[in-house]
Amino acid sequence: MSDQDEAWFDEAAGPLVRPYAVTGGRTRSDQFGLELITLVVALPSVAEAASLPPEYAKIVRLCQRPMSVAEVAALIDLPLPVIKVLLSDLIEQNYVIFRRAAPMSEAPNQHVLQAVLDGIRKL
Amino acid sequence: MASGNSDPRRRLTATAVKLLIAGGFGVGKTTMVGSVSEVPPLRTEEVLTSASEGVDDLAGVERKTTTTVALDFGRITINQELILYLFGTPGQDRFWFMWDELATGALGAVVLADTRRLESCFPAVDFFERRGLPFVVGVNCFDGAHRYGTEEVRAALDVDPTVPLLLCDARDRESTKQVLVTLIQHVMRNADLVPASR
Repeated sequence: MSDQDEAWFDEAAGPLVRPYAVTGGRTRSDQFGLELITLVVALPSVAEAASLPPEYAKIVRLCQRPMSVAEVAALIDLPLPVIKVLLSDLIEQNYVIFRRAAPMSEAPNQHVLQAVLDGIRKL
Repeated sequence: MASGNSDPRRRLTATAVKLLIAGGFGVGKTTMVGSVSEVPPLRTEEVLTSASEGVDDLAGVERKTTTTVALDFGRITINQELILYLFGTPGQDRFWFMWDELATGALGAVVLADTRRLESCFPAVDFFERRGLPFVVGVNCFDGAHRYGTEEVRAALDVDPTVPLLLCDARDRESTKQVLVTLIQHVMRNADLVPASR
């Protein structure tokens, strides 16, 4: 019986803290329009992150270089909506800055497409 | 790394762009992403294991034991200013709600086709045609898969003659590069831009 109890605490059982507990139950965070490939970067250093609550500190440590919202979610291992809430909190407090991808209404840009083409060829 | 000092001048000048890799369940989308990504494919959700047999259409997909249920993606840092993300689309109908978010802002898409189950890529072809997102068709040549000529596949898929269609091996980096190069050239022609050759 106790073996079974212990088995609940492995990784396969999922996080012990429910995902939406870290957001205080909030599930929406539309004010910044964060999307999958919106890039984010943290302003505080790794050392300064120590004073933040754990989930926020993790994000700040991870985002020392530009990273997409999707990458943050994958690497922190929390669902996308949760990560968007946490990132929005960090943005509001000026711990994180973000940059949205070009809106789809804009025509594809020659410079960007040529750079992608050259970059793929060079791989 | 200097400890304790944030850099107040840290700026974010990089831009991100994305391409989609679409196709039916088990066609090799994540394999294709992984063949060129600089990091092992990341995923934002869990995987389905073979326990899903009977729920998903596994006909002709003999050895597949896991599949994407959310989003698998990879990253290619083109340069300091430009990051390319490759997103595999969810291969099952019940994840269609993700497609709109994925397609928003995408430069273009690869539709991966498996000639053993060609019909599994019809929904992706329809979606990109309706959406007006430029795409190419990559016919993934699996080991042991019956090979058809590209014209036979084109006829079966009934795609516009201007849509590039090529044979590929999703496991092979050079082959995937060729598919992506073909896609970007197609995107550029579509936008009346002229791709410069190497």
